[in-house]
Amino acid sequence: MIELREIHKVYPDGHVALRGVSLTVPAATTMALLGPSGCGKTTTLKAINRLVVPTAGTVLVDGRDVAAVDAIALRRGIGYVVQEAGLFPHLTAVENVGVVPRLLGWPPLRRRQRADELFALVGLDFATYAARYPAELSGGQRQRVGLARALAADPPIILMDEPFGALDPLTRRRLQREFLALERRLRKTVVLVTHDVEEAFLLADRVAVLAEGRIVQVGSPAEIRAAPASDFVTSFLGMDR
Amino acid sequence: MTHAKGNREDDSRWATIGGRRLPGLACVTFLSLAVWCLPAVADPDPPPLVVGAKNFTEGTVLAELMAQLLETHAGARIERRFNLAGTQVAFDALRTGSIDVYAEYTGTGLRDVLADATPVHSAAEAFARVSDTFAQRYDLVWLAPFGFNNTYVLMMRRVQAAQLQVSTISELARQSLRYGMSHEFLERKDGMDALRRAYGLQVASLVGMEHDLAYRALAEGAIDVSDGYSTDAKIVTQDLVVLRDDKHFFPPYEGAPLVRRALLARLPTALDALGLLAGRIDDETMRRLNHQVEGEGRSPAEVASSFLNELGLTHQRIDVAVRERSLLGTLWQRRAITAALTGWHLVLTGSAEVLACLVAIPLGIAASRRPRLATTALGIAGVLQTVPSIALLAFMLPLFGIGAKTAIAALFLYGLLPILRNTVTGIRGIDQRITEVGRGLGMTAGQLLMEVELPLAAPVILAGVRTSTVINIGTATLAAFIGAGGLGDPIVTGLTVTDVNLILSGALPAALLAILVDGLLAGVERLATPRGLRLPREVTE
Repeated sequence: MIELREIHKVYPDGHVALRGVSLTVPAATTMALLGPSGCGKTTTLKAINRLVVPTAGTVLVDGRDVAAVDAIALRRGIGYVVQEAGLFPHLTAVENVGVVPRLLGWPPLRRRQRADELFALVGLDFATYAARYPAELSGGQRQRVGLARALAADPPIILMDEPFGALDPLTRRRLQREFLALERRLRKTVVLVTHDVEEAFLLADRVAVLAEGRIVQVGSPAEIRAAPASDFVTSFLGMDR
Repeated sequence: MTHAKGNREDDSRWATIGGRRLPGLACVTFLSLAVWCLPAVADPDPPPLVVGAKNFTEGTVLAELMAQLLETHAGARIERRFNLAGTQVAFDALRTGSIDVYAEYTGTGLRDVLADATPVHSAAEAFARVSDTFAQRYDLVWLAPFGFNNTYVLMMRRVQAAQLQVSTISELARQSLRYGMSHEFLERKDGMDALRRAYGLQVASLVGMEHDLAYRALAEGAIDVSDGYSTDAKIVTQDLVVLRDDKHFFPPYEGAPLVRRALLARLPTALDALGLLAGRIDDETMRRLNHQVEGEGRSPAEVASSFLNELGLTHQRIDVAVRERSLLGTLWQRRAITAALTGWHLVLTGSAEVLACLVAIPLGIAASRRPRLATTALGIAGVLQTVPSIALLAFMLPLFGIGAKTAIAALFLYGLLPILRNTVTGIRGIDQRITEVGRGLGMTAGQLLMEVELPLAAPVILAGVRTSTVINIGTATLAAFIGAGGLGDPIVTGLTVTDVNLILSGALPAALLAILVDGLLAGVERLATPRGLRLPREVTE
């Protein structure tokens, strides 16, 4: 379970990114952070794995204050996927997938077995793609590798920042559906940042709509659709259609 | 148990990083370190006796004479540090113990080193003054002079002097003639103006010209009188006469060995060996020896050995190798020397580059994270780059003395900027999202640096190392001026004896070396570029 309590973030240049964000993500559920660019959704996500240190407020992961735990250990227990996958361009697909297990000191044989499983899990043929560099993969393939890398050490939590943002619509829909199926099997706690309303409603159990550093509404897709909390939510949902 | 396993695994991972992710950097560092160790293990004891020479023909011939006498009569192992760039460098080298002996002139010691401008009435007085003061002030000993006086002289065509019945400067003063004087003589306080006043010279016309040009102008009759040095070989070859300085205007410039007292204590036989030349070389003889090098194209070593044989001082024979006239012949004749000089040239440049990498790469990494440090470090390295090479070498001299250390220190400073700049640029140029993902996946700062930042920046950093190395291969030729050797040696010697082929025998290998090393490092750069970055972008699904 992830819990954010009154998170504020002011950058050194004076830019105010978050103005008191409170949010609870129950274990084994998917929470989408939805909003226009600059609303603070990525900052909120990064506060969870301490890539962003809040100016005020507390982040609890499984009841423990992340500010009090070792950041490196914390991050190795949380999967992280970003737009265009953020693969290391100098490593092959299998090496990218093996990064976290290597950091954790797994022996090569175990790493290799795990990579096999993960390639199968995200629907990539190991023999064909393992030795390819990111530059030799399509956008969708890169995204699959990025997801496999995040799942490698089997972390209970996965953070995803616009994971399907850079893909063509067809590939995006296919990957979204596959991800949904995968999530139903794996039961991870997922926080997903997106500005795509359909994506949020399709993938998430609950959606938090953000605007200007604040959460304006939290609820299940059905609840939000039935009763938008403000004109902003109405127009944001409508605008996107 | 699990802990131990974890550790072993960790080790093997580091090995892969060294062997696979960073092959270029690792190889370059290792190779250069190996090269750096070479000079240190080269020779143990005892220290050789170091003979120095200023960079002109006479200085070199005298140094050869002394070196060969010390070899045969004092049984000393000799190291030759010739081509030192002028009085200041040679004198400092002697004072600081980088060399043990070189040939100096009493007038130079008096006027240039001691800055003593009081009039001198005789050669004996000049010698007494320098020898007393040098002993007290510097612990340096002037040995008995060789016998010639290489002072300033005025000279004319023999035919014209006979016609006008001029044999002294006083007689010259009564004639109204055309003067072509060297720039140096025109500018010296004790030069042309003082001479004119002292003798009341009638001057029909006066022009300043280069020393070598003045000889040609005299021969062609464009001028009547010029200044020169009394042992110039061209006085003989161009049939000129030297006018007697009957008022003793010019101070005496007697050549003599100038030695560290410490050497005489260490090797008493050196005193006797060097004493063998006392009074044996008069002006005429010195002129002849200079001419054998400059006019006949013989090597100083061979000229010195045949002269010592003539005096019955050695039985040592250096083969009369008449200097090759063709460029290809010269290159072929010198192939073994060139190979040795090239090796040493690489040691100088390689050592400097290793040191520059060891400093500039870590500094660049630190600077890439702190903009203010980057500005400061790049600023300082940039200023260093603008200091003229010769000046930088001169600044380093008091710290490290003549020889390899000074050269390496100067080349090291020159090498910093390209490596530093490229390290900062290379690391800053990495996509921020990639490094953030690295941190997000739980990499420590060190892991991020070794596994992500350095591999991705390696091609840019190595390009900086390559630029730095190629520039320094060229700059290292100047090391010859401070006795550090390398391919600059034949260039500097060639310049002093006006031998274009000799100059090229150093310049061509240096240029070739720069091209080869450039190509080699370009290869290393390609190997160090992660394969994933060398691929064409984008594949469609």
